[in-house]
Amino acid sequence: MTQTPTASSDRAITDFGIDTTTLSTAEAVRDYLARVRAGQLGSLPALLGLIALVIMFSALSDVFLSLNNVANLLAQGAGQTMIAMGIVFVLLVGEIDLSAGTASGAAGAVLAMHFVHDGNLLGGMGSTVFIVFNLVLALAVVLALLLRIWPGAALAGVAIVISVSGMTANPWLEMLLALCVGAAMGCITGFLVARIGMPSFVVTLALFLTWQGVILQFIGEGGTLGISSSPVLNKVANGNLSTLGSWALFAVGAGGFGALMLGQHFSRLRRGLVTQPTPLVLFKVGGVAALGAVATMLLTINRSPNPSIVISGVPYVVPIVLALLTLGTYVLNRTSYGRHIYAVGGNREAARRAGINVTKIRASVFIVSSSVAALGAIVYSSKVGSVDAQAGGLNTLLFAVGAAVIGGTSLFGGRGRVFDAVIGGTVLAVVANGLGLLRQPAAVVAIVTGLVLLLAAMVDALSRRRAATAGR
Amino acid sequence: MTEPILELHGLNKSFGPVHVLHDVDFAVRAGEVTALVGDNGAGKSTLVKCIAGIYTSDSGDVRFQGEEVHIRGPKDAAALGIEVVYQDLALADNLDIVQNMFLGRERGSGWLLDEASMERAARETLASLSVRTVKSVRTPVASLSGGQRQTVAIAKSVLWDSKVVLLDEPTAALGVAQTRQVLDLVRRLAEQGLGVVLISHNMADVFEVSDRISVLYLGRVAAEVQTKEVTHGQVVELITAGRSGELGLARPDSAVL
Repeated sequence: MTQTPTASSDRAITDFGIDTTTLSTAEAVRDYLARVRAGQLGSLPALLGLIALVIMFSALSDVFLSLNNVANLLAQGAGQTMIAMGIVFVLLVGEIDLSAGTASGAAGAVLAMHFVHDGNLLGGMGSTVFIVFNLVLALAVVLALLLRIWPGAALAGVAIVISVSGMTANPWLEMLLALCVGAAMGCITGFLVARIGMPSFVVTLALFLTWQGVILQFIGEGGTLGISSSPVLNKVANGNLSTLGSWALFAVGAGGFGALMLGQHFSRLRRGLVTQPTPLVLFKVGGVAALGAVATMLLTINRSPNPSIVISGVPYVVPIVLALLTLGTYVLNRTSYGRHIYAVGGNREAARRAGINVTKIRASVFIVSSSVAALGAIVYSSKVGSVDAQAGGLNTLLFAVGAAVIGGTSLFGGRGRVFDAVIGGTVLAVVANGLGLLRQPAAVVAIVTGLVLLLAAMVDALSRRRAATAGR
Repeated sequence: MTEPILELHGLNKSFGPVHVLHDVDFAVRAGEVTALVGDNGAGKSTLVKCIAGIYTSDSGDVRFQGEEVHIRGPKDAAALGIEVVYQDLALADNLDIVQNMFLGRERGSGWLLDEASMERAARETLASLSVRTVKSVRTPVASLSGGQRQTVAIAKSVLWDSKVVLLDEPTAALGVAQTRQVLDLVRRLAEQGLGVVLISHNMADVFEVSDRISVLYLGRVAAEVQTKEVTHGQVVELITAGRSGELGLARPDSAVL
């Protein structure tokens, strides 16, 4: 057959022309607007909503935009936001983790018990519970080995070592223990979902109840385990960086972001690959740097309502959340593991045929979710100063899932970013904080939060429908 | 006649009591398009999946470039250079063209993907196949048309220095112009020296691009013929009845005698 000129060669204007050249700024903006119109909204609605909420609350309450309240708001929302960041991984593969909240509570309970009993978990739990606890951890190691997820097995193993060795209380050791216990719980969830093939909704619903029982067992009905007597554990959510440290954080954060963005941009430009226009990249980097500088400056001003003490500096939760955000974004965008998570969420069969170990990917996201939830537990326990039987229960999980969804992560898998969780978590924190300042009763807070979530889900559904009709 | 690059002998496959493939002989030659035709349930897809390593065959030899090989999984087939483009495409909608083309075989270390090299290779491959309908290699697959998706799926299969490409109903869901593009692409693959297997229901497509036709009838190879030497009608008879005049399976009564 001869190579007859076909209809395609008439359209050769687009012969990768767009690929090799850089878009002009105007074209890039038009391109972005076209994508928004086509329904690819990302976290834009959440950002706009956040701005609207901030304007509304600052108009209604004088206190809302006060420095003290802003810093407080950041610390209040951080734990929940971190749990949401872990859940994004699970949502990306199209699963759900209902147990992340109580799993975080259980990890927090173990942390608090280790601290209160000075490392003597055997004494704190009683011998039967202690033996069962370690057997479950050992089971988690075995399951992780069966799944061939070595980091999961290693973390669960470390939990056994810490628990059995009975090392004396040390805040850093306790935080590591919480992380490891979280990972161990994730190994169990992951195995049941990915290897046994149970629906994640049922598995995590059952484990939600189970971990809640575990927390009760560890803490006792109506009991609390205080951790605020440890300076380190107390400072995680209540402490601030020094002024110098705050500016150092700004330098590292903004400088790192700028170096990364510009380095990538110019290296792509040099190799003749698709790039955004240089002015736009410079504008983005400049914008982030300016925002960071203003925020750092405001947070280093003394914000204490009491003239006799000085409170200033960026709260520790900011670098903690930023570090987790950076790590999560890097893993999802720059590693093959992250790429495979998106692929499994987008088309599981395609991923399987491409040779991706779908079982392992699906199991691993539950380990990520539970581990990150345990880190969240450290932050919210530190904020409250204690761990009680309700830790991680009630609405913790639903708020975390809500935060991810409000930020633009899809419940159907394949679409979402860790950044979405941060935006969504901030929206929920602002709603709770703002309504609290306005002295609204709990009923109103719950109703408004629910409506915000409903609105976010509606925007997602509408944009999805838009994308389905405009996409082709 | 060139030596076949991929040769199957006496392949059998059963699913429980159902014997799907009976002593199938099949050959693919480099630089040729071999059409694999047959009615629904004749065993075409099963044969393709056996070659691709998704199913393991119960018995039979597979020779690749003259050497006997054992294909135990999709990775074995991919390592030999056998690629399959499936009917249901096997592309992830949420990923862009480059990400899809390199899915499962990303370049760079696992801890830092080499996006630049992947993007360039994807573009070069599309250009070498004279694909002009895709605006940017960073377009998400969700926003491509059916023909463009099929093009990406086929381009993905040649990216890997592959030697045999099996296409399962590549034009089934496409319009006239898009079918045209895909058939051109199929021909171009053969011209680049690959062994191409085209599975199709559409006789017009088969006669247009194939050099050779293998007909499956109820899990048996009814005939393997040169496209030039047969007519439409003969092939349709082979598909529906298993024989046509002298061609095809022996008549049951003559087998008894």
